[in-house]
Amino acid sequence: MEKQWRSIEEFEQGITPEQENSSGKTSASRRDFLKLFGFSVASAAVVTSCEKPVQRAIPYLIKPEEIIPGKANYYASTFYDGTEYCSVVVKVRDGRPIKIEGNHQSPVSRGGTSARVQASVLNLYDDARYKEPVLSGNKISWDEVDSWITSRLMDGGNTVLLTPTIISPSTKEALRKFLQAHPNARWIQYDEVSASGIREAHMDLFGTSIIPGIHFDRADYILSFDADFLGTWIAPVEFARDYASTRELSTAHPHMSRHVQVESALSMTGSNADARIPVTPRESVLMLGAIYNKIAGATGHPAIFTPPSVISVDDLVADLLAHQGKSLVISGSNDPDIQKLVAGINLMLGNYASTLDLKQSIQLKQGDDREFEDFVSSLSQGEVDNLIMANVNPIYSLGGFEAMKKAGFTAYLGSALNETASACQLICPDHHYLESWGDAEPVLGSYSLQQPCIHPLFNSRAWQDSLIKWAGEDGSYEDLVKFWWENMIAPREAQGNKQWWVDTLQAGYFVSALEPIPASTSYTPPELKLDPPESDLSLVLYSPVGLNDGRHANNPWLHELPDPVTKVCWDNYLAISPADASAMGLEDEMVVTMDGIEVPVLIQPGQARGTISLALGYGRIKAGKVGDGIGVNAFTWVRNRKGYREYTRDHIKLELTGKTYPIARTQTHHTMEGRPIVRETTLKEYQSDPSAGNHFHLEAEAHSQTLYPEAKFDGYHWGMVVDQNKCTGCNNCVVSCIAENNIAVVGKEEVKNRRIMHWMRIDRYFSDQPENPRVFHQPVMCQHCDNAPCENVCPVSATMHSNEGLNQVAYVRCIGTKYCINNCPYRVRRFNWFKYMNNEKFDFNQNSDLSRLVLNPDVTVRERGVVEKCTLCVQRIQEKKLEAKLEGRPLREGEVQPACVQSCPSGALVFGNMNDPDSEVSKLKREERNYHLLEQLHTLPSIGYLTKVRNTEPVPGEVDSHDASSDHEQHG
Amino acid sequence: MYNTEVRGPLVLGNKSLSQITADITSPLYTRPKFWWIVGLGISSLMMLLGFWSIYVTISQGIGTWGVNNTVGWGWAIINFVWWIGIGHAGTAFSIFLLILRQEWRSSINRAAEAMTVVAVGCAAIFPALHMGRIWDFFFIFPYPNTRGPLWVNYNSPLFWDFIAISAYLLISASFWFLGMIPDFATIRDNTTSKVKKAVYGFFALGWRGSVGEWKRYEGLSYILGGIAAVLVVSVHSIVSTDFAVSVEPGWHTTIFPPYFVVGAIFSGFAMVMTLMIILRKVYKLQDYVTDSHLDKVAKILIFVSLIMGTAYLTEIFLAWYSGNEYEIFTFFHNRITGEFTKQFWAMFICNAIIPQLMWFKKIRSNLTIVFIISILINVGMWFERFNIVVTSLSNNYLPSTWATYTPTFVEISMYLGTIGIFIFGVLLFMKYIPMIAISEVKAVNKYQLKKK
Repeated sequence: MEKQWRSIEEFEQGITPEQENSSGKTSASRRDFLKLFGFSVASAAVVTSCEKPVQRAIPYLIKPEEIIPGKANYYASTFYDGTEYCSVVVKVRDGRPIKIEGNHQSPVSRGGTSARVQASVLNLYDDARYKEPVLSGNKISWDEVDSWITSRLMDGGNTVLLTPTIISPSTKEALRKFLQAHPNARWIQYDEVSASGIREAHMDLFGTSIIPGIHFDRADYILSFDADFLGTWIAPVEFARDYASTRELSTAHPHMSRHVQVESALSMTGSNADARIPVTPRESVLMLGAIYNKIAGATGHPAIFTPPSVISVDDLVADLLAHQGKSLVISGSNDPDIQKLVAGINLMLGNYASTLDLKQSIQLKQGDDREFEDFVSSLSQGEVDNLIMANVNPIYSLGGFEAMKKAGFTAYLGSALNETASACQLICPDHHYLESWGDAEPVLGSYSLQQPCIHPLFNSRAWQDSLIKWAGEDGSYEDLVKFWWENMIAPREAQGNKQWWVDTLQAGYFVSALEPIPASTSYTPPELKLDPPESDLSLVLYSPVGLNDGRHANNPWLHELPDPVTKVCWDNYLAISPADASAMGLEDEMVVTMDGIEVPVLIQPGQARGTISLALGYGRIKAGKVGDGIGVNAFTWVRNRKGYREYTRDHIKLELTGKTYPIARTQTHHTMEGRPIVRETTLKEYQSDPSAGNHFHLEAEAHSQTLYPEAKFDGYHWGMVVDQNKCTGCNNCVVSCIAENNIAVVGKEEVKNRRIMHWMRIDRYFSDQPENPRVFHQPVMCQHCDNAPCENVCPVSATMHSNEGLNQVAYVRCIGTKYCINNCPYRVRRFNWFKYMNNEKFDFNQNSDLSRLVLNPDVTVRERGVVEKCTLCVQRIQEKKLEAKLEGRPLREGEVQPACVQSCPSGALVFGNMNDPDSEVSKLKREERNYHLLEQLHTLPSIGYLTKVRNTEPVPGEVDSHDASSDHEQHG
Repeated sequence: MYNTEVRGPLVLGNKSLSQITADITSPLYTRPKFWWIVGLGISSLMMLLGFWSIYVTISQGIGTWGVNNTVGWGWAIINFVWWIGIGHAGTAFSIFLLILRQEWRSSINRAAEAMTVVAVGCAAIFPALHMGRIWDFFFIFPYPNTRGPLWVNYNSPLFWDFIAISAYLLISASFWFLGMIPDFATIRDNTTSKVKKAVYGFFALGWRGSVGEWKRYEGLSYILGGIAAVLVVSVHSIVSTDFAVSVEPGWHTTIFPPYFVVGAIFSGFAMVMTLMIILRKVYKLQDYVTDSHLDKVAKILIFVSLIMGTAYLTEIFLAWYSGNEYEIFTFFHNRITGEFTKQFWAMFICNAIIPQLMWFKKIRSNLTIVFIISILINVGMWFERFNIVVTSLSNNYLPSTWATYTPTFVEISMYLGTIGIFIFGVLLFMKYIPMIAISEVKAVNKYQLKKK
């Protein structure tokens, strides 16, 4: 090929040999070719391997009628875990249940839920759930299970079916079928935390084994002995609603009930009492005896024998006699004799038929301790061949269940891993309650329905289905529920009416008409001889608000829920009174041994001298990755005494070990330091001056001025009011907030490092003497200040104010300087110290593909390094606003409810539009009791608090101390 | 020109000009001494520890520190303010004294300025790393963007801070570099090594020492000095607004800007004292950094210490006088007594009381004691920042949120790491850059020769 010249010079120089050589020939050798080829192939391989995995979203070919992607469906259902009942509405997003709401139409729970109910949605996605039937460690099919069991049962051996209390009418029918088919089978109900004493007492006195309906709303005077009725005792959600209704105060209605709590451990209920008397279990019995005798004397009944009470009961008796028919005496004891005394007092006071209801009795806690005891002894004598257990955990709750080994064959019907199940030969996985049909009759004549909200996640089967199968009958449990409701529960005129079933299923509840309550007045006093326990160091066991009796011990939300009184997470501990602790040389976090078991100590103001208390529900060994080995099993100390399970022990000896054990608390300073944080007054002062205890508010308002124009909010201006008189500190809102807002669990170590992520916390303060303090609960969430200190310090404007008065955080903009955290005087802002999602160091619900299904898709999961906080559930506001916009109307009052407000059992939280003068929140903000937290800082919070009012005598020179100290206060 | 008779000669030993050059540039031409290599090794190890802590912080998160949801700022911010304070010395020294035409500064200012640059560099590490998402740090730049555009929050002291510190770092580095140009030229002209000739020649920017160049040099010095003088005051005032603009008790106070500036000058001068005592000892520069120099710095320290004491007492008095219970709690029950009483008294004694010992001539002229005092001042200043940052945050308005703060090993490592960086930087400076401004010293030396 001829070389072209480019210039005259080049032409004249001539073309050099090199150029000549290079031209026309390709220099690529075979080697070069291979290099190039190899490189190309390699790079092509590398490039293609970098491609992101293709994720295909497959649209519905035929879309199910109900499911609109991105839009939630709500199904009325029923929560019942064997001990606690609640009527709920389940929020289902894209086929997954993600949130439990209270069912406001339910006449029983009336829209309230408890922390356990809120957390139950996470149990659905628990990794510790059984995924298929297992026989002696081998996976088998359901057909094999059925043939295996049927052959076992047909052998004719003695069979015992052990269940928790069954309140479901249809399950009872299934049980009846099973028992009918197997005449050698017995059915025993077993309550871990038993109330059989109440049933036995009522059996003796009234001839029926019931727990009467307890109506706190009708009581003006409540006297409770060791009953934590707002926390965990029998039906706390129902009781909290009733109780709170008697604590509602306004200038129009300046009356409230008086609540006296006599107890050993400072319970959540005791912390809300107007007066609290800390006593040992012995003194408690003696007081009850003395009250009984005095009332018996006043009403002309014979007295009983009782040793004299050291503590004077004259005031209590006088108050009780002054409130005949309007008072209520209850006891948390499981001793039938004590319950007889209580029932006797109530009868003599004429409380039956008013505050106590024999007709609409409570159906919970049907277990009979004596029957159970008989069963255990027959079991240990080898008289039981087949032991079938459904959703009970006796190995844990009896502190060991040696007798079980005597059973020829053991089967377990239950959803999740536990100690008993793992010791059984056959495991038949049960549905979670959100996967299965069911019903409940928590109160006689009040029914509610349970419907599946998701297709079963695993190869599980409702245990009622198993019963029906094993009874040799056809048909499913679903058919049975439907049949039972349409034919037995439906009123006569609606029987066979399909629409009635559909409507009832939608509403979730049904109340059948009952005859009027007969008034019982006649009282035949029982022969009683009180036998109070010794007054040595007594141990009191109680069900904590978070874990209750430990059945949900693998739930990290409940473990990280601070105890309402001690503010401890992730452990149980021995609470001891400050005086006893100093006498024994004990300090917080010291470890003692009690009967050879090591327990850490926590000094608890308000604990009665001579008593120590320990929470049940901890110390699970086989609960799953979260619950294993946390705390000690307090059921070890529960014993059977005279035929009932007793939750106190005396003659306890503690021995120092010299060890310490760290306890994680979310709050480590316990007094208000005289600051006007929770404002308090007494009923009498309130009646004479509605702004009593709240004069500082007037002062702060008078000083409130600014150089800047006040912010104007045109459309909505969201705000909330917290009625501290109604708030019981039950922590339902805290768990509700966790579930709604995808809040991370951080674990004990990080709680101890003061990095809990909860957007909502309940501050608890003590005042007065440490022997018997006054306790304050104050829910604190972001105050959504209209003059927010956090907003102006963010260098990148990641946190700003919305035109509806919400303080917002744009997570994508946040760079995590933490300045806003420092400048928030309420310390409600939370920093993502670590990556809490998919991190082995935080092996909780967010580190599992299954558990992550609980996440709310409407709320961003926050990245490491950003600040987060309460949004007043802005996603709910937006959703409802959109709905209203599509319908072309403004939002209605009460239409938007943040998660905490929606299910508050006591109705202490009210949310609404402050621009609407007729809204509930505006009305409450006009109350003289209303004030703002740290209002002197001129942060202009949107959250208001209502003064705490106690129905007690004013303590001279003390009650108005906040006002007195505030005289020195400077504005700003 | 300058009347230096009162103060005595600024350079001792009747040096000739070439002797000055030889004295000052000698480390450049001699092999590094043993202690220098050891120092470099130790500081490198400290730096390594620092880099490890930075790696841990970035890869795992701020959770590896001891800060929490109550005390959002901890050692990182304490050390940031502390380093910025130390970084004040150089600029304050050169610029104030330049503007005030204090010729005695000339033997000290170079080292002081070097210190400034390294210290501000150390300081800048902390606010960057204490960001939760350091990879998005550029959000803090006000630049037009496609996100709206979304601008920074001009109301935020952190933004002011960012601007103030970057401006300060820029100006002080320029000022330092500018001052070195004639000296680099001197080295370029004297050295026989080709490498040195090339490197120093590059940084000398073709300096020839002509009258015109000197004129512009002087002019630029004054202009930069003028700007920097404002920055010295502004930078720490603005750092103080990080605290003063907030609502926290103990932070929300108007005394903070002057109090911080004075504190910064205090710690900076103390650090200059520490360094100069070491420098003149190891390099035998007693003729240039004379006892009289150190005496002057000591006197300044006494005066500033008095201001510090006054500031502390003013704060305490105003907390009481305001009657604000949160302020009273912070000062009287959380600092003077209470949880953080040790840290408070460490601050008060080291900063307000111990420097007063230097009123005595005997103590002032005993360099060992002065050296110890100068170190104690920086210990005290560290505790001052601890007091401000931690005590106010830990026990503030709502007692339910009260929490304490303990640093973790990662935070301590990061602090040690910056000290390593500082020592490393200073050692490099000692070896490769004339520690004393040759041209300036020659200027004051010339004056003395003429007198004789």
